[in-house]
Amino acid sequence: MDWSATLNSIVAAAAPLVLATMGETISEKSGVINLSLEGSLRLSAMVGFVAAFWAGHALVGFAAAMGVGALIAAIMVLGNIKLKINQIALGFVLYLLAVELASFLGDPFVGERGEQVPPLPIPVLSDIPFIGKVLFDHNLVVYGSFLAVFVTWYFFYRTRAGLNIQGIGERPEGAFSRGVPVNRLRALYAIIGGALIGLAGAAYSLDVKLGWRETLTLNLGWIALAIVIFGGWHPVRVAFGCYFFGALQVAAFQLQDVFPGLAQVLPIAPFPLMILALVMIYAGWFVRVGERWPRARGWLVGDPPSAIGVIFERE
Amino acid sequence: MTTTERSPLALATIASVAAAVVVSALLLWLAGAPPLEAAGLILEGAFGSADKIANTLLAWTPLVLASAGLVVTFAAGMWNIGVEGQIVAGAIAASFVAREMPGSPWIVVPLTIVAGAIGGALWALLAGVLRTKGNVNEIFGGLGLDFLALGLTVYLVIGPWSREGTASTGGTDIFREEAWLPTTTLFGTEMPLLAVTMAIVGTLLVYYLLRGTRFGLRLKAVGRNPRSAFVLGIPNDRYILNAFALGGALAGIAGTVQVTGFQHKLVPAISGGYGFLGILVVLLAGFSAKWIAPIALFFIAVSVGSTTLELRLGLDSAFGGVLQGVIVLFVMFGTAIAAQRRRHTTARSGET
Amino acid sequence: MTLELRGIHKHFGAVRANDGVSISIEPGTLHGILGENGAGKSTLMKVLSGFIEADAGEISLDDTTLDLSSPADAIAAGIGMLHQDPLVFLQFTVLDNFLLGSPGSARVDRRAGLGELSRMSEELGFSFDPLQSARTLTVGERQQLEITRLLWLGAKVLILDEPTTGISAAQREQLFAVLRRLAGEGLIVLFVSHKLEEVEELCHSVTVMRSGKVVGAADMPVPPSELVAMMFGKMIEEPGRPEPMIGEPMLELSDFEVTSRTTAIRGLNLTVGAGEIIGLAGLEGSGQRGFLDALSGLVPPDGGKATLDGIDITDLSYRDHLGVGVHYLPAGRLEEGLVAGLTIEEHIALTTREQPFFIDWGVAEANAQASIDEFNVKGLPTSTAESLSGGNQQRLLLSLMPGYLKLLLMEHPTRGLDIESAEYVWSKILQRRSRRTSIVFASADLDELLTYSDRILVCFSGNIIKMLEADDTDGEELGYLIGGKERS
Repeated sequence: MDWSATLNSIVAAAAPLVLATMGETISEKSGVINLSLEGSLRLSAMVGFVAAFWAGHALVGFAAAMGVGALIAAIMVLGNIKLKINQIALGFVLYLLAVELASFLGDPFVGERGEQVPPLPIPVLSDIPFIGKVLFDHNLVVYGSFLAVFVTWYFFYRTRAGLNIQGIGERPEGAFSRGVPVNRLRALYAIIGGALIGLAGAAYSLDVKLGWRETLTLNLGWIALAIVIFGGWHPVRVAFGCYFFGALQVAAFQLQDVFPGLAQVLPIAPFPLMILALVMIYAGWFVRVGERWPRARGWLVGDPPSAIGVIFERE
Repeated sequence: MTTTERSPLALATIASVAAAVVVSALLLWLAGAPPLEAAGLILEGAFGSADKIANTLLAWTPLVLASAGLVVTFAAGMWNIGVEGQIVAGAIAASFVAREMPGSPWIVVPLTIVAGAIGGALWALLAGVLRTKGNVNEIFGGLGLDFLALGLTVYLVIGPWSREGTASTGGTDIFREEAWLPTTTLFGTEMPLLAVTMAIVGTLLVYYLLRGTRFGLRLKAVGRNPRSAFVLGIPNDRYILNAFALGGALAGIAGTVQVTGFQHKLVPAISGGYGFLGILVVLLAGFSAKWIAPIALFFIAVSVGSTTLELRLGLDSAFGGVLQGVIVLFVMFGTAIAAQRRRHTTARSGET
Repeated sequence: MTLELRGIHKHFGAVRANDGVSISIEPGTLHGILGENGAGKSTLMKVLSGFIEADAGEISLDDTTLDLSSPADAIAAGIGMLHQDPLVFLQFTVLDNFLLGSPGSARVDRRAGLGELSRMSEELGFSFDPLQSARTLTVGERQQLEITRLLWLGAKVLILDEPTTGISAAQREQLFAVLRRLAGEGLIVLFVSHKLEEVEELCHSVTVMRSGKVVGAADMPVPPSELVAMMFGKMIEEPGRPEPMIGEPMLELSDFEVTSRTTAIRGLNLTVGAGEIIGLAGLEGSGQRGFLDALSGLVPPDGGKATLDGIDITDLSYRDHLGVGVHYLPAGRLEEGLVAGLTIEEHIALTTREQPFFIDWGVAEANAQASIDEFNVKGLPTSTAESLSGGNQQRLLLSLMPGYLKLLLMEHPTRGLDIESAEYVWSKILQRRSRRTSIVFASADLDELLTYSDRILVCFSGNIIKMLEADDTDGEELGYLIGGKERS
C-alpha cells in the first residue's frame, strides 16, 4: 500500500468537508446553529455545477455556490433575529426545501460533464518526499481547505474580532455590554459560515465527485454537523475529524470487496462519536469526572458555545 | 387564546399559503410548465383513478402515523428529529417477524404491527433516555440515532439478511405473502384499507389523548413549562419518556406499513423520508393532531402527483417537495410577522 | 464634567420602571443610588450605560448631550458599568476577559494586553493571574477585573450595581478604598445599593428612588431614619393584625442547614406551630428563596433535620413533600406555577386529585367555574393563564391548592397586586390557619410582613440574622435590619 498516495487521497476527499465544517463552526461559535447544512450543501453543489457549466468556468460556479449558501444562512439568521423564529425549526425547513430545490432545478443537468478544478502541484514543495505528495500535490480547493482551517484558527484565537465572536456565542449580554453589536455580528458570521458551506458544495460537484446527481453529497451535511460537535468547536480538531472521516471513506472503499457490510456501515461512525461526545459534555456523571480531571476532559471533548441557539434581546 | 386573537394568525396563514402557491406557480412557469396544467396533472396523478387513489392512500398512511407520533413528542416539548430512525427501527422489527414467523396472516400481520410499534418505541426511548438521563439534546441524540438505524438497516440488507448469493443494497428477499399487510378489493383495485384504518385510529388516539385525558393534559403542561409542571407535582422525566415511547411506537407502525404494505421487503431507504416530512406536516398543523390528516393528504397528493409532471412534462418530481417546503417556510414567516405585529400593538397599548 | 440625567422615562409594557428621573452629579463625587428592589435603580443604570434605551429623557456629560443607543456609545462617552453579576466570560482567561471588546488593531496583541493589565491592576492594587481561567476567580475578583478593564477603557463615570453582594469583607474594604481614590481623582462613581450602612460609609451624596421615581436627594450625612422613610414610604404605625391562632408544633427544624449560591443558613433551630405564620424579611437574594426551596424539597437541605407533624421530611423528594401536605407558591406565577397556554379549566383538571384517566370536560368546566366563583377570578374557564392579570393569576394559584395542607410556603404572595387583590389573597390564606396549616412566606413588603406574620425571620446576605416577634417590632427596625444595620 502506498501510504503517501492514500493520505493524499484522504486529504483531497476531505477538503470539501473541511470547508463545510469550518463554515458551521464559525456560525455556531457566534451562537447560530445552521441546521440547513445538509440542504445548503446539496443546493450549492447543484447551483455551483450549473453555473460553472453555463459560464464554462469553475470559478463562476464557486461564486454562485457561495451565494446560495450565504442566502440560505441569511434567510435563517434574519428570520431568527428579526422575527424570533426558532433556529432549529427554520433551519430544518430550509434543509428540506433546499434538498427538494436541488433535485427539481438540477434534474436537467444530471449526467452532464461539467467544469473541473485543474490540478496544481506546488513546484518544489510537491517534490519533498512523502509530505510533498500528501500535502502539496493537489488543486486550489484542497489548498483552500488548508487555508480555511488556518484562517479560522487564527481568526478565533489571534484576532480581536475572533475574541469578540467567542464572547457573542458564550455570553451575548456580556459581549453587548462591552459594546459588541451582537445581533449584527451573528448575522454576519452566520452568512460567512453559509458561504463557506456553499463553497464546500461546489467543491463536491466541481472537484471531488464531479458532476451533479441527487446523491452527490448525501448525508455529508449531517456528518459535518456531527464532526463539528465531536471536534469540540475547535477548528484544528474539527479538521482532524474530517480527515478521520475521509480515512473511514477510503477504508470503506478498500474493504468493499472483503467486508462489504462493514464498508457500508463505516461512514456512520461520526454519529455514535457525536453522541458519545455529547454524553461526555452533558451527562451528570461525566460532568463530575470532568471537573476532577479537567485536562483529560479537555483532550476528549470541547465545550459548545453556551449561548448557542439562544436569541439575544436587549430586554 | 381566544378566537378574536387567533384570527389574525389564521389570516396570516391563509395569506402565506396563497403567497407560497403563487411563488410555486412562478417556479413552474420558469421551468417551462404551464402552472394550471401542472396543477391538473398533479391532481390527476394523485386521484385520477382507483389505482392512483390506492397508491396515494398507501403513502399517506405512514406520513400520518409519523406525524401523529410527532404531535405527541412536540406536546412534550421535544424536537423528535429521531423520528426517521424510529420508522426504520419499526421496519426492522416488523421485517424480523415477517421473515421469521411462520403461520397464517391472522397471526403474523398483527405481530408485525406490534413488533414495529415496539421497535419504534425502544429506539425512541434511547433518545428519551439520552435526553432525560444524559442531558443530551434530543435533536442531536435523535439525529445520531437516525443514522445508526440507517447503518443497521444497511448492515442487515447486505449482511445477515442479504438475498441468496448477492450482497447488494437492493433489499432483502420479498416477504412471503402471508406477512404482507392485507388490502381490500374495492372499485376494482387493492385498497390499503387496513393501513388507512390504522392511520385514522392513530390520529384519533393522539387527538383524544391530548385533548381528553389526564396523561395528555400533563404532557402538555410538561411541554409548555417543565418548571411549572414540576412545581405542580408532575414527574417531568417520566412524561417525556412516555411521550417518546408513544411517538416512537406510532413511527414504528409507519415503518411496518412501509415494509409489509409497500415494499414487502426491507430496503435501506425504508423510511421514505416520511419522518422528516412529518415534521413539516406538524409544523404546518400548528402542532395539533386536528389538521395532520388533511395536511398530510395534501402533501402526499402533491408528492405522488408530481411524478406525473415528470412523465408528462419532463419536470423532476421533486416539485412536490419544493411546494411543501415553500408553503411551510412562508407560513412560518407569515405567522411570525403577524405575531410580531401583535406584540408591537400590545406593547404600544400598554404605554397609554 | 457634571453628569446630568433629565426626565428619564422607561416602561416595560404597563410597568413604569423609570418615571421621569432627573439626577445631577458633580465630578469627584461618590454618589449613592438607594432604593428597594424594583424601585427602578437597575433600569436607570442600564439606560445610563446604553444597555437599554430610554423612551424619553436626556443624558449629558460635561454639557454635551449624549446619544446612548448602545453600550458602545456609553463606553465611548466614558461611562462604564459593573453589573451586579459581573458579565465575565468564565470559560476565557483573565487576560481575554480584559481584552474582549477593547478597541485596537485587528490582531489581538496579548503581550501588550498583558502589560496593560498588570500596569492597571498594579495601579489599583489588584492582582490577577492573567492566564488563569476566569472560572477560578471569586465574585470579588471578577469585579476587580471588570473595574480594571473599565478604567483602562477610559471610564470617567463608573457605575457599580450592588457591588458588595457576594464578596468578602476584605474585598469590600479594598473596593471602597479604590472607589474613594477614584473619586479623589475626579471620577464620578455611582454606587447602587440597598444597604444603608454602605451608602452612609462611602457616599458623598445620595439619591433615593421608589417606584421608578426620585423621592429624595441629599448630601451625606443624612439621618438613617430619614433614608429609611424615603426608601419605604410612610409606615402604617399600628396595623390591624389578625388574632394569632398558634397550635401545637407542626414544623420542627433542628440544626437545619442550607448552603447554596445565595443562601448560607447554618444550624437553624425553629419550631413553627400549627396555624402560625412566619414572615421572611429581607432584600431580594438574601437567602429567603433558598430557605423556602429547602423547606419545599425542591432543593435538598445540606444538613440537619426537618419534621412535619412528626414525620421526618428531611430527605423526601419534592413530590413526596407534596404528598405529606406541603405546598409551595414561588414568586414567578407564570414561570413556576401556572402554565402559559393552558386554560383555567385545564389547570383545574391538571391539579384535581383522583382525576380519572379520561377527563370529563363538562365536569372540569363546572369545577373551573366553581373555583372562579369561589376565588373571584376575573376570567372564563377557557381563559389562558397568561391572559389573566397578576392578581387573578394568584387567585387561580390559590384555587389550585389542595384542601388540606400542613405547611404552605409562599414567595411574595401579593407582589404586583392591587390592594383589593392583596387583601383578598390574604383572606384566603388566613382561612387556612383555622385548619392548622402553618405558613412561611417571604415578602419585600414590610407592611405585609408586620400585618400578617406572627414571627419574622430577618434574612441578610444569605443568613437568618434575627428572629422577631411581629408585635415587638416596627417597620423602621425591619428596614434597618434588612439593610444589614442595627437600629442605633
